[in-house]
Amino acid sequence: MKTADNVALCVRNFSKHYGEGCAYCMESDAVLDRNICPECGTIHACSDISFDLHKGEILGIVGESGSGKSTLMKMLYFDQEASSGEYHLADFLDGEADVLKLSSRQKRQIRNEILGMVYQNPVYGLKMDFSAISNIAEKLIASGSRNVGDMTATGDHFLGKVNIPLNRKFDPPVNFSGGMQQRVQIAKALSNYPPILLLDEVTTGLDLSVQADVLELIKEIQRELGISMVVVSHDLAIIRMLCDRTMVMLNGSVIEAGITDQILEDPQHAYTQQLVYSIL
Amino acid sequence: MGYVAVKGGTKAIQASVRMYKDKQHAAGYEIEVEHIKANMNQLINQIMSEASLYDRDLAALSILQAEGNMEEAVFLLRAHRSTLPRLHYSTVTNTRDMFVERRVSASFKDIPGGQILGASPDFTHRLLDDDQSFAGNKTAEAYTEIPHTHALDALPKVIDYLEQEGLFSKKPEDDREPDDITKQSIEFPSSRSERLQSLTRGQTGAVTSLGYAEIRGYGYSSHPNIGEVRVGQQPVHIDPFDTGDAYYIGDIELTEVEAFMPADEDDMDDLGNTEKTFKIGYGLTFGQNETKAIAMSVLDYSLEHPVGDAATSDDEFVLLHIDSVESTGFISHLKLPHYVTFQSVLDRVRQTKGEHGQ
Amino acid sequence: MRQNFAFLDEHSKKEIRRKTLKAISIPGYQVPFASRELPIARGWGTGGLQLTLSLIGQADILKVIDQGSDESVNAVNIRRLIQDTTGVKDTIHTDAATLIQSRHRIPEVPLKPYQILVLQVPLPEPLRPVEPSERITKQLHADKEYSGAWLRLFEQIMRYGSITDDADYPVLVDGRYVMAPSPIPRFDNPKLEDNDGLILLGAGREKKIYAVPPYTKVASLAFEDHPFEVESFDDVTCRESGLTGVYMDELIDETTGETYYMTNDTSYMIEEMNKEGSVK
Repeated sequence: MKTADNVALCVRNFSKHYGEGCAYCMESDAVLDRNICPECGTIHACSDISFDLHKGEILGIVGESGSGKSTLMKMLYFDQEASSGEYHLADFLDGEADVLKLSSRQKRQIRNEILGMVYQNPVYGLKMDFSAISNIAEKLIASGSRNVGDMTATGDHFLGKVNIPLNRKFDPPVNFSGGMQQRVQIAKALSNYPPILLLDEVTTGLDLSVQADVLELIKEIQRELGISMVVVSHDLAIIRMLCDRTMVMLNGSVIEAGITDQILEDPQHAYTQQLVYSIL
Repeated sequence: MGYVAVKGGTKAIQASVRMYKDKQHAAGYEIEVEHIKANMNQLINQIMSEASLYDRDLAALSILQAEGNMEEAVFLLRAHRSTLPRLHYSTVTNTRDMFVERRVSASFKDIPGGQILGASPDFTHRLLDDDQSFAGNKTAEAYTEIPHTHALDALPKVIDYLEQEGLFSKKPEDDREPDDITKQSIEFPSSRSERLQSLTRGQTGAVTSLGYAEIRGYGYSSHPNIGEVRVGQQPVHIDPFDTGDAYYIGDIELTEVEAFMPADEDDMDDLGNTEKTFKIGYGLTFGQNETKAIAMSVLDYSLEHPVGDAATSDDEFVLLHIDSVESTGFISHLKLPHYVTFQSVLDRVRQTKGEHGQ
Repeated sequence: MRQNFAFLDEHSKKEIRRKTLKAISIPGYQVPFASRELPIARGWGTGGLQLTLSLIGQADILKVIDQGSDESVNAVNIRRLIQDTTGVKDTIHTDAATLIQSRHRIPEVPLKPYQILVLQVPLPEPLRPVEPSERITKQLHADKEYSGAWLRLFEQIMRYGSITDDADYPVLVDGRYVMAPSPIPRFDNPKLEDNDGLILLGAGREKKIYAVPPYTKVASLAFEDHPFEVESFDDVTCRESGLTGVYMDELIDETTGETYYMTNDTSYMIEEMNKEGSVK
């Protein structure tokens, strides 16, 4: 298997379970109690998830907490190991390799060079006591840069892009507001122009006005750089604003997927209907 | 040859060692190793435990040679240990076979086999007494005749009672070969056998302080209940030809502690509720070292059941910092010459002044 | 009490030699070993000493130096222990030695193919300043993830305008492992590369052995536009010998109060002064 021409990232039959699993729950049609096996208590955080991320598109993943969307994101970024499945990236060996089977060193290299990640909590994405500019340099160093002048120039460029005043670039993010920290994180994730950016609930916890700024920024960067993005959110308004296509997750499974407008206009699954009507 | 090396270092060191040795015995009161062995039991216990070498004679010698300095005495024994090949491992020894000399439970008043107070300084008054005369004392043999209803080498354990009551679920027996931290350095995450070995060799003060922090407010933060502290003579056997025919090689004095820690059951019950249960922290030391053994049981528990970010839950933090020889060695090395590295520091400090001064 | 030849029991020596062979096979990789307690305190050179004691034979000729000097108290002490337990010959002449144990310096005289240099190491982990946990640094080495080491230098440049790491300056060995060269001055780092002799490094308290085999590539970490710099003694001449271009001790003349410099490697200085037509 390999990725098709217009596909940046391709996932097949991704699963993550906590616990041993048993003969009952490892069957594909097993009926679970939410995502817990009634027989053995194994938690199926993600079950049999398959999708493609097209080049240059923003794909949304929406669902309530516990639906498995964050677990999926962590597996894409190798923060967590998938229990089973296949995972291909167009920018790694022409998409021919199943990257789940790689050594931890090669996975690290993919994280550093092909993926960018923005976490909900900036603590996971930033070194809070290092200067903002060094935080950006960290990503550049990891992807191979060894020139201080180049790195500070790139850092200045991206800090400017996310509206961090340059007179604060030597300050550590611990002294920044939540919105500023999030913008530094975005600048860092983008700094080596990764082909794929993963955004996990990036505006949750921010003030509404700051949220709007950050979303506008993401949209603008996507238009300008053509980066493919996966955006995880529990908030349909954000999905509506950003995403070309959307997957709806419930209890570890994808229950509905398609063009975002179509899902919002004409939801098929009862849960999606409930979700859509509750915000209207 | 015109220029020759100055032998200043050699002369200075020789003079320093001579001066130290002379000063040691300047007052002229000599004591014998036998005196230490007879009068400094608690010190010997502590040193054997930290040195992880069970030999009362060598421990007494080390105390004399180290002028009573604990760390030095432990260091001497550890260094001696490095000259000895490990010829045998003992067979598994079970503390149920211990000949018990002292045994208390803080959890139950009446325990099968009874509480045995034995010899302990616990209830002495710490009043300085300048009348330390031992001339009229009875010999140790006079005390061994106290009649007791149970066989002292087959006393039941307090833990059995908890188990019968269903308040403690015994873990399945782990018959894997334990790791030997004197043959293979600890790899993290550590195994329980590595942790127990490291803790029992730990510096008494360090183990006690960390155990104290764990229960005072940085970790478990609650009061464990001492199920049983027992001190006694433990028979040791070896089976050199692996025939199952073990040879008795002697008794060693041990202190064993089982601490009961109220905790949540690992699995939920059928109704999805969490049950409370007791878990065990385990301490075992050479010689009578009760405080250390109790602290060890607390740390065994904290490392087996980590709580949040508590330092006492972090095996690297605890195990890499409690060894007396390692910590005293590294701290004391700071007084060695560091001229070369300091010159390098000076160079960098001057460099930054140059860069920013302009 | 009767002592073993070279103090340690033979089982221990064998184990240390096996670990040493492993270290030579994987240049720069820290091999864990069950470090023994020695009659010299932990932190005082027990790692180097265990290497020396496990390698030394009756035909060896020994040189021990500390701070560049054969007569430094710690060097004297270590040499005395080795000689008391082996009876081998010693020398101050670098060329004449087969086995050289040193703390904080690599001699000015280049190593020969028949020589082994043993360096004493207090802190073997070059990533420890950026990561306190051993299990994580082990993983970082496995993944060849050294961004942290570079980032530390980058942050120094941001903060101070130049790299401020002094001695024990990290190196990349054979393009694979970042290694702490032990607290030798930066001046000695270039001597590690493409050496004729074998360099072994031992950390007793931290229980690690590692090696730079002969003719290995060793590069000090640096940036393209912030090259690696050694301590500068450019304008300085040794007051005793007139030597230049060597590592110097900075001293104060008690009578005049003036600062003056003297060659740090004392045996090298004496050899040079005894040469026909020496500088002074």
